[in-house]
Amino acid sequence: MGEFRMPSLGDAVKRGDIVAIVGTDKADIEVEVYETGTVRTLIAQPGEKLPVGAPLALLEVPGEAAPSAGVPPPRPTPTPQPAGRIHASPLARKLADELGVDLANVQGTGPHGIIESHDVERAAAKPAARAAPAVQPAASAAAEPPSGMRRAIAAAMARSNREIPHYYLSTQIDMSTTIGWLEQTNRQRSIEKRLLPAALLLKGVARALVEVPELNGYWVEDQLKPSAEIHLGVAVSLRTGGLMVPTIHSANQRSLDELMTDLRDIITRTRAGRLRSSDITDSTITITNLGDLGVETVYGVIYPPQVALVGFGKIVERPWTAHGMLGVRPVLTATLAADHRATDGRRGAQFLDILSSALQKPQTL
Amino acid sequence: MTEPAIRQAIEHSLRGIAPEADLQHVPPDANLREALDIDSFDFLNFLIGLHTRLGVEIPESDYGKLSTLSELIRYLLPKSG
Repeated sequence: MGEFRMPSLGDAVKRGDIVAIVGTDKADIEVEVYETGTVRTLIAQPGEKLPVGAPLALLEVPGEAAPSAGVPPPRPTPTPQPAGRIHASPLARKLADELGVDLANVQGTGPHGIIESHDVERAAAKPAARAAPAVQPAASAAAEPPSGMRRAIAAAMARSNREIPHYYLSTQIDMSTTIGWLEQTNRQRSIEKRLLPAALLLKGVARALVEVPELNGYWVEDQLKPSAEIHLGVAVSLRTGGLMVPTIHSANQRSLDELMTDLRDIITRTRAGRLRSSDITDSTITITNLGDLGVETVYGVIYPPQVALVGFGKIVERPWTAHGMLGVRPVLTATLAADHRATDGRRGAQFLDILSSALQKPQTL
Repeated sequence: MTEPAIRQAIEHSLRGIAPEADLQHVPPDANLREALDIDSFDFLNFLIGLHTRLGVEIPESDYGKLSTLSELIRYLLPKSG
């Protein structure tokens, strides 16, 4: 645990206050207080390594007799920042590949020590920074251990493929009505208030999950436990590689404007390394959108113990027939990866159908 | 507003989104989003930053005209007064 921000004994804290930053396998996470009260005992110290679930402090909560452990650390295992983690821009990584420069030997001069393209160019001039020729591929491949984030993703995805019998369904959705509505709506708005298609997709998913709740929840103790709340985990790629999945809570109760604000907030904070513990817990389903990278169809891997993942690709123009007429329409491929222990293909198909129908009436989202 | 001032506004707007971005190494006619790995959310944030700094209205229908550094400067220069 690093940078323990709780000032001292006797201080008042309120629910939501950030009191510590914990280094985990995936990222630094801000830890919030879950109770309002007064600090009576400090249990953890800055720099200390703690097991998952260990309390950081005891609070005296108004109306309670004994101090309560109101500051739990987040669920991911706290670990120091892995020594092998390299922060570099995409351009720098590309350049390093082209020039044969080992990023582990490059000193970054960008913000927070990030390696920029000119750092790579400078390092390329020094023979020592270049990666050794791949004379012995096996030894060379093992030279750089995976980062903590990569290991965490590997563990979760390996477990998913080992334990979850996935089935996949996909459907093509005519987005002309949705995009037309969006363009008309955005014309009347200042740039700060404009919506992106992603907000409508999230709302469509939340709407469909209300009708097909079996896809929203967890598979635990050999049974499906649907969640009463719809908390959407949104996969966000990081500029330094890897991804995080922050949560938009109660998405079905949020308006499109609120969802757009939520999205901008969590994406910005994810990429700035300012997520809070409550941002990365409790998601009941995961949404991933790879359309920005030109991908048309996404076949995702479910994040256990969740039971479904929804993937969206790029909106592309395609020939489309409607009412006997052939035309060109913007088309989106939506994919569902679902746990066959929890649902069958029929329910999955109904989910995609409801999602498609919801997107045809964007004004009602 | 001068071209260097526009360029500086572009650099400042990119700083919060792609802190490692080094415009000197981006060819003027390269697609900015591809060169700097900027997704649609960050691109919108980038345009909001330009709007705030330069006071230029950027309708959504013009987004397609703003793919490269040279297109951005050409678009913003006459509008920024």
